[in-house]
Amino acid sequence: MAQTRNPSRKARQKPSAIPFFQPALFERPIHPRSAISSNDFSVAEVRRILMAADALEREDPLRRAKRLAKRRVALLFYESSTRTRTSFELAAKALGADTTLVSSLSSSIEKGESLKDTGITLKALGAECIILRSPYSGAPYLLARATGLPVLNAGDGMAEHPSQALLDLRTILQHLGVRAAAVSETCLRGVTVTICGDILHSRVARSNELLLPRLGAKVILCGPPQLLPETAAGMMPGIAIERDFDAALEQSQIVMMLRIQAERLAGLQIDLDDYRSRYQASAERIAAHAPTAVILHPGPIIRGMEMVSEVADGPQSAIAQQVHNGVPIRMALVARALSGEKKGGRR
Amino acid sequence: MKDLLLRGGRVADPASGLDAVRDVLLREGKVAAMEIPGQIQAPDAEVFNAKGLIVAPGLVDIHVHLREPGQAYKETIASGTAAAAAGGFTSVCAMPNTIPVNDSPEITRWMQAPDRGASARVFPIAAATLGSMGEALTNYSALKDAGAVAVTDDGKPILGDGIMLEALRSAAKVGLPVIQHAEDTRLTGGCSMNAGALAFRLGLRGMPVEAESGLVERDLSLLKKVKGGHLHVAHLSTKKALDAVRAARKSGLHVTCEVTPHHFALTEERIGLYDTNAKMNPPLRAEADRAAMIEGLLDGTIDAIATDHAPHAAHEKEQEFDRAPNGITGLETALGLAISLLHVQHKMPLPAVLALLSSRPARALGLTGRGALTVGSAADVLVFEPAERWVFHAADSRSRSKNTPFDGTEMQGRVRLTVGDGRVVFRAPR
Ligand SMILES: [Zn+2]
Repeated sequence: MAQTRNPSRKARQKPSAIPFFQPALFERPIHPRSAISSNDFSVAEVRRILMAADALEREDPLRRAKRLAKRRVALLFYESSTRTRTSFELAAKALGADTTLVSSLSSSIEKGESLKDTGITLKALGAECIILRSPYSGAPYLLARATGLPVLNAGDGMAEHPSQALLDLRTILQHLGVRAAAVSETCLRGVTVTICGDILHSRVARSNELLLPRLGAKVILCGPPQLLPETAAGMMPGIAIERDFDAALEQSQIVMMLRIQAERLAGLQIDLDDYRSRYQASAERIAAHAPTAVILHPGPIIRGMEMVSEVADGPQSAIAQQVHNGVPIRMALVARALSGEKKGGRR
Repeated sequence: MKDLLLRGGRVADPASGLDAVRDVLLREGKVAAMEIPGQIQAPDAEVFNAKGLIVAPGLVDIHVHLREPGQAYKETIASGTAAAAAGGFTSVCAMPNTIPVNDSPEITRWMQAPDRGASARVFPIAAATLGSMGEALTNYSALKDAGAVAVTDDGKPILGDGIMLEALRSAAKVGLPVIQHAEDTRLTGGCSMNAGALAFRLGLRGMPVEAESGLVERDLSLLKKVKGGHLHVAHLSTKKALDAVRAARKSGLHVTCEVTPHHFALTEERIGLYDTNAKMNPPLRAEADRAAMIEGLLDGTIDAIATDHAPHAAHEKEQEFDRAPNGITGLETALGLAISLLHVQHKMPLPAVLALLSSRPARALGLTGRGALTVGSAADVLVFEPAERWVFHAADSRSRSKNTPFDGTEMQGRVRLTVGDGRVVFRAPR
């Protein structure tokens, strides 16, 4: 079960209120090759996934397309997406799988069908793996329990986006010249990554916060209090908060910029001029405080807000490389999900 | 109705302080006699051997949602009170958030009618405002005449200062308490758990402690202005709000409060990976708040344990965490949890635990003749085995709904027999 390999969950259960307390029996198991949280991967597993991504990327496309020939992968998208959806779809197709896309604008979801029922329907139609994007935090666990299938989380609410964290890691390692085979608890020792912007609403930030410190990186979170509560630093040892962006930049080799998620602000008022003056990755600021840092952004970029075009398209930017890394990482995740026994009874 | 003789049990009646082995004779819905063993002659009575068991007043739950009228798929008065009986409760106070809202004497009477098939005495709590909309008061004296024991807009807290003051004044005039679900909903929009590091980690929006304590403090300041006013704070969950109640009580205000078993047994950690059976309102809090609830129970600040029994159908709880409704069932686990946590773990004497579940809640809401076991009182009796450890299984629940975080939890103290108004309403399967 994914839970038993989840270090933060174990830690959370320790100070149990009742000494004789036993967790609920009802929690049905989650398929062990799901990818719902960055915590689902041990360091050894991260290494294996990155190595698999390398191997699959190099492999002859015709041979690669036989790996999952005619196996069925469903993409279930309750939120719009360009990068993630396309790269998961290309990844599954590159491995030879049949894919089907169910999105909230073209399905029974609109008529009020529950996530559980949609999942059961997809399973009955032969789906062997479901890639889910949902506006609700935790939705992949519900789908995984309801179907018993491996579920790949393509972003759930404000919670997690683990494939993004893995492709960010691949990008970082490429820039540092660290091979996938060298991934370990210490491979990012001495590396400081600043994540700046709307941390509160960002699933990308959370998945990176849960991944990078376990490889030895120091993570600095930067942003205004409304978008970066003090509690954010409590997620994991090795995470610090620095409100002064310039000071954070001075220490960082990697800078990850996030957009303000207007759709999740829920009435929060942000003074955008003030925000830009304090937290924008402007050309002058980057030149003055982080002239050699690698600049990342998970997209979509709001140009002129958190980042200007000179930086987004400039020589320090690795944004296009991040997008490129999406397909190999997601090939590795889809292949992992469908590895092991072939399902019987398929026509 | 046949007479019932409970033989040789240890009678623990917190109201009178009696704690001794007695035979108890129940006749025509009343406690007819209570004597040292062997004294009562009742050859025609059915005999129940209570040796080694505790004989206590039937428990009183002043906060349950029976869902009827309107949501029989979740619960009915019959099924909810059957669960109550199985948990040792003989009196339950039914919240008004039914469909339609219980804001009228008609619905109040309907809920108490014999046709409902209740296994426990139902005391309706009526809406404090029409439709629980927070705008115009309901007719408190007519509701009281119809049997309502308090007024509340539970779940839809009364935010307006003016209307809350009016409610306290009007209720004081007719001698009813106003019950407030203390949540400043202006601070909790879109929230589904306690605010803090765990909410951040899970990507869920959190309800701050201040949303509860702030409204309690506001209500207490209003209560000061109302002569004879009585405020009852429902399901307290934070140390900050409890401290406010404690201070107000010391200053002489008539304020009472209750806490649920889940708020003294569990913390927000129980949510785990988005378990919707750990989603309720108020939410499970941090360990410091849970510990404060235990302390408030031990030091007497908290008047009552109330379950906030809130049944929901499986398909409603099997949704994304943010979309699932708030609430858990609680009638069949309250006694076991109270004994396990308060008596076994914190060494609270059993009669004091029982007081929190019977005499003190009955007094808080003025349920005369309930929550006591003396000659002449209602034949509401709970017989339980205080030392038995058992595992609660939701599937065995009498409630129509199974939404509980305590499925599979081992607890101590098991109900053997429940008698309500002289009628056996629950007998443990042997
Ligand atoms: Zn409530």
